[in-house]
Amino acid sequence: MPIDVNGKSLETDEEGYLANINEWEPEVAVVMAKEDDLALTDEHWDIINFLREYYDEYQIAPAVRVLTKAVGKKMGKDKGNSKYLYGLFPYGPAKQACRYAGLPKPTGCV
Amino acid sequence: MAKADFEVPLLKPYAEIPALEPGAMAHSRPFVAKADFQGPLGFPGELVEDWQERAIDKMGELLGKYRSLRVYLDSCVKCGSCTDKCHYYLGTKDPNNMPVGRQDLMRKVYRRYFTLAGRFFPKLVGASDFTREVLDEWYSYFHQCSQCRRCSVFCPYGIDTAEISMAAREIMDSIGVGQKYCNEIIGKVYKIGNNLGLPGPALRDTLEGLEEDVFDDTGVAVRYPIDEEGAEILLVTPSADFFAEPHVDGLIGYGKVFHEAGVSWTLSTHASEAANFGMFIGSYANMRRLAQRIREAAIALKVKRIVFGECGHAWRVAYSFLNTLAGPWDFLDPRYPVPQHICEFTHDLIQQGKLRFDKSQNDDMVLTFHDSCNVARASRMGDRPGGQFEIPRAIIRATCNHFFDMEEETIRERTFCCGGGGGLLTDDLMELRVKGAMPRMQALNNVMKEKGVTHMAAICAICKSQFTKVLPYYGMEMEQIVSVHQLVSNALILTGQDRDEEDEEETSDEAA
Repeated sequence: MPIDVNGKSLETDEEGYLANINEWEPEVAVVMAKEDDLALTDEHWDIINFLREYYDEYQIAPAVRVLTKAVGKKMGKDKGNSKYLYGLFPYGPAKQACRYAGLPKPTGCV
Repeated sequence: MAKADFEVPLLKPYAEIPALEPGAMAHSRPFVAKADFQGPLGFPGELVEDWQERAIDKMGELLGKYRSLRVYLDSCVKCGSCTDKCHYYLGTKDPNNMPVGRQDLMRKVYRRYFTLAGRFFPKLVGASDFTREVLDEWYSYFHQCSQCRRCSVFCPYGIDTAEISMAAREIMDSIGVGQKYCNEIIGKVYKIGNNLGLPGPALRDTLEGLEEDVFDDTGVAVRYPIDEEGAEILLVTPSADFFAEPHVDGLIGYGKVFHEAGVSWTLSTHASEAANFGMFIGSYANMRRLAQRIREAAIALKVKRIVFGECGHAWRVAYSFLNTLAGPWDFLDPRYPVPQHICEFTHDLIQQGKLRFDKSQNDDMVLTFHDSCNVARASRMGDRPGGQFEIPRAIIRATCNHFFDMEEETIRERTFCCGGGGGLLTDDLMELRVKGAMPRMQALNNVMKEKGVTHMAAICAICKSQFTKVLPYYGMEMEQIVSVHQLVSNALILTGQDRDEEDEEETSDEAA
């Protein structure tokens, strides 16, 4: 089902992940979050931006521990854990945050 | 947690056999694989024109190849023993999720085309043409079987529904109807080396992070090596161990055990996946191709031993089929089992007194153990029958002060599946996963109430991810599921480890 972002129609897969990562723009995250009744804060954006940077370098989303460690370093140790991330992204950091960031869904036994 | 748009089963003090609700799960069907995901596995991209004919031919081929399949389809006497044994039936109330109901979906087609009575008097013997409706029913209900084989334990004829559902998926794949979750993942292993699609640089980055973490925690430089030629042991582990929690805590534990054992070991980017989803889709060709990667890595890295990490169905493939899939293993050290399970490895060291533990490190938990179906019913560990049940428990007892088993009829060979095995661990089957987890959640809930259990340990990546997801639906916490080697990691005292605080605690314990 395509989503409308800034007047453009962007293709997504069955689970709502962007079909083409190169079509991502910040507004994509805003539109997707709105559908989930979620207002994006700076804390959300920190995660989304980190995911995109990591993906640029490694062509995959970061492992949960890599992500929590990076968050802990940047925002304080109390935030470097899954609980904090689930607080921001209730559907799970890997799945919900990756979707907003335009990354493909992590597959496998996760 | 996502809100449930279906009814989450209530947990009761005793198991109840639910009243039938025909068609209750007829709507449940996973996403179909697109052509891109079918091609690399050697399957047609979409439903082929002469699908009916080709499906029947394929069924004939499988009946010839697997004598067991024909025996299973011929021998059911409708005794009813299996009817209340499937976690999906208990959780969904759908009679097609009774093992006999599921088998009959294939049996009616088998009778129509492969038995004399079915060919001439189909109605008399419950035989049916392979119509589009039947195919749709197959797609739905053969993706509601986690191939856990609990039903086969109770069947007086030993009919194995898992094998029937594997055959059904193989037939459907052969006519272009594949399941997205499994087939996309198998393609990723071919392309990148693991289910998650973690490329080498991401694996290295993740492992370096673990080395830093363990050093920060313990002051000991434990290594997490990858692609190191000449190492003694190749560790093959599910890629979820790199990526997810609590899996990664188990991987940290494996590394600490190898460190204390003083053996050299390595992971491999080429074989960075223990899982073998070829089994879930019943495809011998794909199962073999996936297993061959382990052989290739073992040869390239010149290892002498192969050890598998905590992954249920991988251990079935490894323990039961690795020799025929990827052997002979004559280049490995014959003094060790090929392959070896990480639990066997750790348990051996414990028995030799080579590992020191501070059990109090796990005193914040009261543990129980979930037997994973493929380990429990399709493999073994150690050199005694039942080793697959006793060895993980022995490790938990050696590393934790507080351990209680769940109800006897829900553990060991009668264990309930987590609800996400067999290629069903996908978000598009969440209703099925939550409902199918009910029997396990019920047993856990009871042991929590009766014994004060707080955490459940497991040795399977699928189980760990499934419980992380479904526990909150039942009002529990996702952190309640832990890896067995996470417990080992917590309690293991590394040689030279900084443990000032712990030492003080131990001293005060002794004084008390």
